[in-house]
Parts: sequence; C-alpha cells; structure tokens
Amino acid sequence: MSNVGTAGRKGPAVRSDCFVSLEVRKSGGLDIAATSRVDSMYGDSIQQLCRDVLEGLGLQHARLELEDAGALPFALMARIETAAARAGITASFLPEMKSYCTDTTQRDRFRRSRLYLPGNDPQFFINAGLHKPDGIILDLEDSVAPAEKDAARIMVRNALRQVNFYGAERMVRINQGAEGIRDLDEIVPNNVHVVLIPKVESAEQVQEVDTHIQNLQKKHKSRSPVYLMPIIESALGTIRAYDIATASENNVALALGLEDYTADIGVQRTLEGRESFWMRSMVVNAARAAGIQPIDTVFSDVADKKGLIVSVKEAKALGFDGKGCIHPRQIAPIHDAFAPEKSEIDKATKIMRAFEKAEAQGLAVVALGSKMIDPPVVKRALKTVEMAVSLGRLPENWREEHS
Amino acid sequence: MKNLKENAAGRWVPVEINGAQHVPFQGVGKFKPTGRRYGPPLTRCADYPADGNKVVADFKTALKKTGLRDGMTISTHHHFRNGDFVANAIFDAAAELGVKDLRWFPSASFPCHAPIIEHLKSGVVHHIEGSMNGPLGDYCSTGKMRGMAVLRSHGGRYQAVQDGEVHIDIAVIAAPTADPFGNATGDRGPSACGLLGFALADSQYADRVIVATDNLIPFPCIPWQIHGNYVDYVVVVDSIGEPSKIVSGTTEITRSPDRLLIAEYAARFVAETGIMSDGFSFQAGAGGTSLSFSIFLSEMMREHNIKARFARGGSNQYLVNMLEEGLVEYILDGQTFDLEGVRSMRENSNHVNTSPFTSYNYHGKGNFASMVDVVVLGATEVDVQFNANVVTHSDGRLLHGIGGWQNCLFSKCTMLPIPSFRNRIPVLVDHVTTLCGPGELIDVIVTERGIAINPQRQDLLSKLRGSSLPIRPIEDIKSEVEDICGGKSAAPELGEKIIAAIKWVDGTVIDCVRQTETIPSSQ
Repeated sequence: MSNVGTAGRKGPAVRSDCFVSLEVRKSGGLDIAATSRVDSMYGDSIQQLCRDVLEGLGLQHARLELEDAGALPFALMARIETAAARAGITASFLPEMKSYCTDTTQRDRFRRSRLYLPGNDPQFFINAGLHKPDGIILDLEDSVAPAEKDAARIMVRNALRQVNFYGAERMVRINQGAEGIRDLDEIVPNNVHVVLIPKVESAEQVQEVDTHIQNLQKKHKSRSPVYLMPIIESALGTIRAYDIATASENNVALALGLEDYTADIGVQRTLEGRESFWMRSMVVNAARAAGIQPIDTVFSDVADKKGLIVSVKEAKALGFDGKGCIHPRQIAPIHDAFAPEKSEIDKATKIMRAFEKAEAQGLAVVALGSKMIDPPVVKRALKTVEMAVSLGRLPENWREEHS
Repeated sequence: MKNLKENAAGRWVPVEINGAQHVPFQGVGKFKPTGRRYGPPLTRCADYPADGNKVVADFKTALKKTGLRDGMTISTHHHFRNGDFVANAIFDAAAELGVKDLRWFPSASFPCHAPIIEHLKSGVVHHIEGSMNGPLGDYCSTGKMRGMAVLRSHGGRYQAVQDGEVHIDIAVIAAPTADPFGNATGDRGPSACGLLGFALADSQYADRVIVATDNLIPFPCIPWQIHGNYVDYVVVVDSIGEPSKIVSGTTEITRSPDRLLIAEYAARFVAETGIMSDGFSFQAGAGGTSLSFSIFLSEMMREHNIKARFARGGSNQYLVNMLEEGLVEYILDGQTFDLEGVRSMRENSNHVNTSPFTSYNYHGKGNFASMVDVVVLGATEVDVQFNANVVTHSDGRLLHGIGGWQNCLFSKCTMLPIPSFRNRIPVLVDHVTTLCGPGELIDVIVTERGIAINPQRQDLLSKLRGSSLPIRPIEDIKSEVEDICGGKSAAPELGEKIIAAIKWVDGTVIDCVRQTETIPSSQ
C-alpha cells in the first residue's frame, strides 16, 4: 500500500467539505499545510484540529495538505482519518459524542417521513433535522460511489457523534453483504436507531445483520435498542415478505424500493404504479401480519408537489404508515397527507373517551353506543389522536374540550 | 490613528474624510442639521437653443462643453445594475480629455464597472463615493484607492446632495428614451429599465446634466421622469446598457430548502402577529429569500382573503403577480428588479415610480419608508444587540452597498431573514464587523434555527405567545451556531488604514472599514 492517501473534494463549487492529502513519513515530525476559505475566522483552530487528529491517529511523522472549503469539524476529522486509512493507518479518531446525539428511540414512534441524505455529502447533514422529518437516513448504499464507501462510513460515523438531528430518528442504510457488515462496525457503537437493510430476499439476510449487531452491542456494552427496517426490492423478496418481516424481533418496519423491483419483473415504472400494486399490497400485508410498520418508497420528482400529495394519499389508502423523501420540502406535504381527516379524529376521540371511561369504571368491555370495541381499534384510535395532536389538528387538552 | 472620534454607537470613526469635516453618529434621530438646502447655480434659458435641440456629437464633446476640469465630481446611476455601459464610457471619454483626480459619485456600482480600476490606477479617478462590490470592492478593500470611499444609503445620497455635502459638477443620466430637449424616461425604449428615480436629485442639483440615450424620439418624450428643463446636453449612443442584466443573481427565487424554511417562518411571523391584515403594507427586497417570502405571503393572504394597500418595490415578477391578482392595490416602486417590473410600470397606472426623495430622504418632510408595516431585508452579520452589517463580509472585505437598507429600517417592523451561518461563517456574532444599522431599529431576526425578537418589542413577543413558531433568544441561537461551527470565529486581522466611511441616513458617520491584507481567491 502507498504511504500517501487522499480524501474529500476540491474545486470552486465545493462547500462545507475539504480535500486532504496525507503522506506518512519516517521522520521530520508533523508538517501541516492548511488553507481554508474561512482562514481569517477559523485558521488557527483548523491548524490545531489537524494536529490533534494526526496525533490521535498515532502519527508522529507526516505531511498533511488541506484545502478547506468551510468543512465543519466533524467533516474535517473524517476526511483526515480517511486519507490516513488510505495511506495504511488503521487507527480511528473518534470526535466527542455530543449530548444531543445520545437520545434513544421507541419501537412504536411515527415513521411517516424519512429523509435520505447521501452519506458522503456532509453539507446536507447539518440542517436536515430542522425540517422535522420523523427519521433521517444517512445513506451508505446507492448514493455513495463504490470507491467512496470507506470515506462515507467514517463521515456517517462522525455525523452520528456530532450532528444534531433535532429529534429525528437516526437511521443508516447499510450496504449489502460484507460491505454492510463493515458499515455496522462503525455505526452500531454510535447510537444508530434504525438500520435499513437493502435488497433483502431472505430472513437469513436480516438475521445475519441482527446477529452482528447483537455481538457489537455486547462488545460495546450498549443497551439502547438498534431496530431494523428491511427493504424489499425484488420479486423473490416480495414472495418472502412475511418471512422477512418476522425474521427478527428487532424489525420495526418493512420498506420497499421500486426501481430495482420493476427492473426485476421486467416492466417500466409508471407514475400510476399498476405494475407494483401487488407488491406494495404484499408488503403492507406482510408488515401488518408481523405487527410492524409498512413504509412506502420515495417520490422522486422533487418539483411536483401535487404529484407527491396524490402519491402519499394513495400510500395511506393502501395501508402504508410512511413514505421516503429525497428533499426536505417533501416532508410537510407528507405529514399533511398522512394526517387524519376530521371525521377520523372525531371518531378516534369518541373511542378514546369510551375506552378511558370503561377503564375508569373497571369494565373489561369497551362499548360505543351499542357497538363493542376491540383492543386493536382502541390502539388505532390512540395513534390517530397522537398524530392529530402532534400536527396541531387536535388540542393537547382535547379531553377537556366539549365532547 | 489620529482624527478619530468615538461615536454614539461606540465606534471610532474619522471626522475628516477626503479633506472635508464630518460629524460622528449621534444616535438615531439625534442629529438635527439646520440651514438651507444647497442650490445649484442660476441658469438662463437664453443660453440654451430656442428650438430645444440640445443634442451634441458624443460624450467627449458634452464633457468639454460642461467645462470638465481636474478634481470634479461626476455622478452616474445604477438603473441598469450589472448591465450599465454609460459609467465606463464617460470615464473613458474623460481619460481621453486628459483630466485627473475625478470623484465618481455613482448611486451604486456593479462588477460591470471593473474597468474603472484602470482609471483609478492611472489617476483619472481619485476615489469613489458609492457602493462597491466585486472587483472594485476588492481593489478598495486592499487599500489601493487613493481617497477614502464613502458609502451612503439611497436616502443618504439624496441627503448629501440636498444639503451640499456632495457637490455634483456633472451628472450623466442614462435614459432608455429621451427627446432632444432632455426629457427622459426609463419605462420604454429598446433598453427600458423601469424608472430613473436615482437620478432625480442629480438632475435637480448638479451644475451640469448630460442625458445619454440610445432611443432619441421627437419632442415630447412622454412621460418625462426626468425634466428636460434641468438638462444641458443630450448624447446619442449605440447602447446605454443591457436591460436583461438588471436581473442580477439576487433576484432569482431560492431553491435552498433552508432558505425556503426561513422565508416560510418570516411569512408566518407576519401572518401570526396580525401585521398581515386588510390594508397593510410591506416591502421585500431582492434576494432569493425575500422573493420566497413574497410567495409564501401571497399564499397566506389568499387563504385569509387579505389585501395589502401598497407594497414598496424593488418590483419583480412576483410582486407584479400580486398586483395583477389584486392582492396588492399599489406598488410604490423604487427600482425594477426584472423586466416584468418594467412592463408593469409602463402599463399599469397602479404601479407607480418613486424616488429616494419620496421614499427615503432625511431632509424631506417625512418619507414613505417609515409608513411601511413590515420590511424584509438581508444582512451579512447580526450581533446579539441586533446591530447589523450589510456592507462587509465577516473577514472585513467590502461586499455590498447599503442601498435603501438603512432607510427601510424605519418601517414599523424590520425583519432580517438570514441563515444563522453560511459555509462555517457565523452570521450571528458578538459584535458586527461593520455597523450599518443600530439594533434599536431591527425588530426580528429569522433564521433556519429559530426566530429572535428584539426584547424591545415586547408587543411582538406577546402576540406570539403560544405560537408554534420557534421563538428563541438571539444568544441561544448564536451559541448553537458556535457549537456547530467549532467555537467563536476569530476577529479578522485588519490593517490600520481606513478605506471606507459608512454614513448613517442623516449624514453622520456610523462606522468605517479598514484595509484587509489579502483577498481570498474565492468566497
């Protein structure tokens, strides 16, 4: 292996990233040549950061050249570590775990919107949470070029330790196979909430990931749960959807991808989506049968807001609980479209009132008028009420309002 | 450095600028100059052609006839923004006549004026008093200009002309349509740019006035935005400018999700505080975020069936749409930012051309800016006292002119929708690099991380109690930005030399700009 490694990007269009060239030497100490577009404001602290990272990686003699275009510290550290790894240095440099990166998640939370962010593009990370998606997916798979998998893995790991996602669920889509296992080594010890497993065609694929996660959890003595969201993207995967949905007790949702699926069955993907109707229904039914959330694919035309709304309404009608997004402006329309209608909210509050009344009276059976209400109906009503409150469509003190 | 005085904002500023005495800033509304307005010399109509034909061969002839001498002041205007041809041509002509040490007094300069650098180097131009950005800004920032730049607001420019602080020897007015008598308009002709309001003061107060046009029509030119009775000479040229370039990069709508979020918060703020109510007024300038604000505001106005009495321009296609849809009754326009604005002004009698005199002038008996209910502006930096900077980059380089920015601060509610940091450069800071607007006039800072309301505006704070908008103390947002950016940014290292003075709307000196050592290759 060469003793020179490079990482990152350069050029006039680059923002919030940097380019690093690192030569590991046998003598001469640390030689750091850093230029930055924010030299006048952060020149000294960049110089110090470079030194800290090199020393933290155990390097005593090296030449580091940095061309910085306003990269934030977590990104600078990731690029230097990547360049070092490419020059044969196997050590890691972990940035401080920020307090806002330590929150945990719950199995049953809303997963209406999940925003995909390409894992090797740090400039998109920092403000993503401000747009309030239910989940943020740092993607290591399709949005990262094969030659950059190592760089993205380190970048995503650093982001999990330093970027505030403002309460969004912290998700990572890993790669397939052995590359995906390497991804887990970096992300599992860093409070990832949900691991998305792409192109799943068998229960074993899920179990392999799950077992590796359990081992890492034990090794790092971590107890916060790491949930799984398998993604079905082929005919075979669809046929085995229920097996996949029930493959692990850590599964919380089942998602799907249509680009690969339509290619697999040999059809064109259309806006209308008749070609994937069966597959989407299959995913909904498998997920529901397994007691986990069915999640629809992304709507790719960012400019088409009306088309997005139609697509989300359709997903909701088919039984999905969520939709992927590739642009922050898609989040609000998705939440809106998944929001319960007024008639649904009215019905749900009635059921909840009846349920709470029955509970208070110690009754085992809940009745609304002359109709008996089953526990799943109550559960569903509770979800509707929670969502309506979270969207401001129902006041938090709805119990005190006139009934 | 000697000859500096501390002003009421705590900034040390020069009192002698290019040989003349100036007053340090005394506080908002504190400085009350007396005396009489400056008057241009008397002229006699007997000295002008009785047939009204004032056309001369070219700029050189016109300049010779005006009696151009070393050290004089020539003014031009920025109605063509980055598409102006006239300023460069007039100084080329002056150079050919061999004069030196001119003062250029533009209403604004743009990157298209980079050729003036050669005239600064050769000594034809001594210094510039006007906004400077792009190559001229860099030239000035690195201390290469001989005199000190003086940056004034649009209203401050009118004030300086009207009270005699700046004596204009020769005003050159680029006119898209003119007649031989010098009547001129900007709303029609092949190079139509809208209005000529920035040239109004110059036409009235300059010793000599030259109108340059590429569309000479027989007398009378109707409407006459500029009165021929003020004009000495008319010069016909091939082209005065490129009207397509009046649309600058800052007049295109933003696609950035973060800026859209900021614009949406700003519009919701206007709606939820009740500022958006029937008969209200607003102004949103150029810049992608401001334009998006207008679009969100229109949606909310439509939804609540609310109409505005007037909007102040810079006009653009989005504002014109609001006028044509009936969401806005009148546009009182100071400049047209795109060709839809030009068309509307020409065709729609409710789209009215105004000038810095009506809108901004300190020596007027009131002005429009203070009557506006809410104004949306930009800034390069804001500090925890709500003071704002609009002229320099955080590294101290001259970046923008003041434009109407300072004047607009007098509206009933001033909002700055700005990102909390740009590419690791914090926008919210402890102290602004250059003070352009005192915090007492700035009411609301809208960032992607939250909305900070000036504690002096308890009325706004109480109106938003219980709102789902992210209202936060400014210090709180600033700390979050520092955490993201990796600590506080270091203050820029600046030289001793003062390269520019920043005027307040009343002609006092509110701050100054020092030389920067180097110019980064890219921003």
